[in-house]
Amino acid sequence: MSLLEIEDLRIEFPGEEGQLVAVKGVDLAVEQGEVLGLVGESGSGKSLTCRAVMQMVPEPGAISAGAIRFDGEDVLSLGKSKLRDFRAHSVGMIYQNPFGSLNPTMRVGAQIAETLKVNRGMKRDAAKKEALALLERVGIEDPEHRMRAYPHELSGGMCQRVMIAIATASSPRLMLADEPTTALDVTTQAQILKLLARMRAEEGMAMLLVSHDFGVIAQACDRVAVMYGGHIVETGPVETIYHEPEHPYTRALLNSVPELDSAGNVQRRAALAGHPPELADVIPGCVFAPRCAHAKPECEAVSMKLQELRGDHATACPVRPFAGAGADGGSKAERIEA
Amino acid sequence: MLTYLVKRLMISIVVLLGIAVASFLIIHLVPGDPAKIQLGIHATPEAVERLHHQWGLDRSWPAQFWLYLGNIVTFNFGQSTAFSSGVSELIGNRIGPTAVLLVYGILIALVIGVPLAIVAALRQGGVVDNAIRILTTFTFAMPPFWLGLMLALLLGFELKWFPVSGYESGISGILRTCTVPALTIGLGLLVIIVRNLRANLVTVLHSEYIEAARARGYSELRVVGKHAMRNSVIGVITILASIFGFMVGLLVLIENVFQIPGAGTLLVQAVAKRDYQLVQTLVFLSGAVVVVVGFLTDVAYAWLDPRIRLQGRG
Amino acid sequence: MSATPADIAAPLPRPRRRSALAFVKAWPTSVKVGAGIVGVLTLAAIFAPLIAPYGPNAIDPFALLQSPSSQHLFGTDDTGRDVFSRTLYGLRLDIVLCLLVTYVPLPFAVLVGAIAGYFGGWIDQVVSRLADIMISFPFIILVMAIVAIVGPGVEGFLIGVPIAAWALYARLARAEMLVVREQPYMMATTALGYSKTRAILKHGLPNVLRPCLVYSTIDLIGNLILLAGLSYLGFGVQPPTAELGSIIAGGQGYLLTAWWIATLPGLVLVLFGVGIGLIGEGFSDRGLERGGR
Repeated sequence: MSLLEIEDLRIEFPGEEGQLVAVKGVDLAVEQGEVLGLVGESGSGKSLTCRAVMQMVPEPGAISAGAIRFDGEDVLSLGKSKLRDFRAHSVGMIYQNPFGSLNPTMRVGAQIAETLKVNRGMKRDAAKKEALALLERVGIEDPEHRMRAYPHELSGGMCQRVMIAIATASSPRLMLADEPTTALDVTTQAQILKLLARMRAEEGMAMLLVSHDFGVIAQACDRVAVMYGGHIVETGPVETIYHEPEHPYTRALLNSVPELDSAGNVQRRAALAGHPPELADVIPGCVFAPRCAHAKPECEAVSMKLQELRGDHATACPVRPFAGAGADGGSKAERIEA
Repeated sequence: MLTYLVKRLMISIVVLLGIAVASFLIIHLVPGDPAKIQLGIHATPEAVERLHHQWGLDRSWPAQFWLYLGNIVTFNFGQSTAFSSGVSELIGNRIGPTAVLLVYGILIALVIGVPLAIVAALRQGGVVDNAIRILTTFTFAMPPFWLGLMLALLLGFELKWFPVSGYESGISGILRTCTVPALTIGLGLLVIIVRNLRANLVTVLHSEYIEAARARGYSELRVVGKHAMRNSVIGVITILASIFGFMVGLLVLIENVFQIPGAGTLLVQAVAKRDYQLVQTLVFLSGAVVVVVGFLTDVAYAWLDPRIRLQGRG
Repeated sequence: MSATPADIAAPLPRPRRRSALAFVKAWPTSVKVGAGIVGVLTLAAIFAPLIAPYGPNAIDPFALLQSPSSQHLFGTDDTGRDVFSRTLYGLRLDIVLCLLVTYVPLPFAVLVGAIAGYFGGWIDQVVSRLADIMISFPFIILVMAIVAIVGPGVEGFLIGVPIAAWALYARLARAEMLVVREQPYMMATTALGYSKTRAILKHGLPNVLRPCLVYSTIDLIGNLILLAGLSYLGFGVQPPTAELGSIIAGGQGYLLTAWWIATLPGLVLVLFGVGIGLIGEGFSDRGLERGGR
């Protein structure tokens, strides 16, 4: 049994002309101790899916169908106090903006201690000591001094470390990380990813890492799910997805990652033409078809259900224009065609 | 923080000087001879002369202003002609009830206003929110003196819970005589507290750190009552300070409705009896107290909000 | 004339000038309700001489302290005057005085603030500090001080309010001008070589004016309550002239025996205030958040 199972999740927003569907039947599973990357452009529904696990879909949006199970227990039917308990102990969450997710009027030490007091029932002094230890553990130098700092006195990287300390304070079994490194510079980004990897190894927790950046996903994840227009379009082990992407969208996304060529110059390959679909757009069949270079007439009748290929690899594209070809081979072939 | 406060202090002193000038001008802008107006048409020239000397009107304007400033600093505000006693003493005796009424009124405004604002913010756009909006629109449109009369009619005459006017000291006396006036003041302040706090809370409740606090499994009570309010308290203090002048004005009206022997009734008597010395002093003090409260708020604000406190340190 | 379906479907591309009806239809509900209340009360006030069943000072010694009836809608006072008629005349006087005192000084105050905001420097310093000083005085106390100078009566109100109120508008206009000054279209006026007068008057002022006008609706109620309050204290409109505050003051002594004298004119004042409040709120949700004074 997987640690987290999401089944046919739908998230809708009320629109002027009927409901707008932002997440359209997502299936997802996170195993014990695994890091699953959820990658896609902004507006693909990846953050919403992540928030849905906490039942924190921003209003007026709401989960309209589907099931979310944590350790076999239905999360969506949890009562108020059970839900709080679930948020407090089972799952930790960190966000894109580390400044914004800390209370600007409280010292960071007090914010960590608060979690320990409220969620772990610690006494004041014990909580203070533990907070200090946690700060040290997430790699903040001079923690006695930093305890007394306010968020705006710390750098973005340090704030994110504090957030990680808070999120892991009650040893959750799952960490939800919503673009945790997007707001940080590249060096700090690498440090935070390393810290997350270490915390995960030490705590043995699983992680759902949401990002638009394939580079981040490739560094940190075991498995990847690619999301587009409210659907998961491809999922598989990170190696497989990176080297043998099946879905044309995955391939296009990979092509937009800058790489160093043999001469050491940054090469940015062809970016994807067109725009991701708007919420109000209703596209029959495959949602990617309008932007797809390999679209065929029958794509309008595609169900968007994932089809198992081999092992753990599944794609929602029945056309499979690159079947068997590696990532590089495919794009080389494309270039020759062009 | 120090540079910030020093700057605020300098501005406050400049404004205080301006207030002194403005109040100084009162006695000089009276058309005709203020001494004659005060003493009436049957005044003897000697009496007029005496009053001129007492007010310093026989000196040059700069000399008079210098004298006036000196008097302000030493709290020597001269003699009241209408009450035949010292102005400082007179005001000192009357300030107690005014302060009691002010504090009591603010307390009632907060006790009613803060929960309403929280409910409205949590149910933004809902029926309750709209009901609160309409209620505050009504309290806003009510002339405070009329509201006071209506409350006196209802709680005093009809229900006989409270006396209709007068003042008694001591806790039980204050509760008996000041509750209805303070309720009037509280309702007068209600709209400002509820609207501002609600808007502030709505912004804060949508912020990321509130979501992050919820994601930690904290109770709504903790999320709203501690995390959101912590930020909004600063807003409430700012609002209360910014309307301090309005509150003082409110006091003048309400004291007169309920015949409370405070500084407000004193001012009305002074204006009615054309006791210029007393009017001048009360006008100066009312302006000065607003400036001082404003400055103290800046200090409190700097102390409460770490972002300001640390400004100027780096 | 009957409309065919084609007629109804046709006017899709809206003409620039919309009909007055369409303009009204686009208002938020609260504005419609508010405008309705204010409209009815204003009409009643304008046509007070036609509507009022009695003169404002007509004494009837045989109808003292009569409770409300079909003859005397709001009852009568201690000298047998019809409270309803007095209320209409009082409202009329209040509205006229408050409109005068709110809108006559407004353009000057806004101009002063706009100039301070546009030029900055010492002009700004002087205007801002002067405004600080005026705003420090509790409004009603400042007006009372002026009453102490000029003597009780309407003059104190008419002189005192502009002296105190200009500072609020100047401050608001200054703050808006600071923003407007940095807008591309204002920068462009310099680039185009327009004179500063033209830049401020033609391009800056209209943009600065709007928030001031929204605020003025709240200010109008403030002045209405202030005038009534001053008259209640005996420093505003002097009896026997009918004015809402002085009618209420006159009724205070009869609260127990003739509640209607103080209550009903006050209710009319509240209704008028609510009407204006609804209009102001509809046009700006944040209107009242700026606080009173």
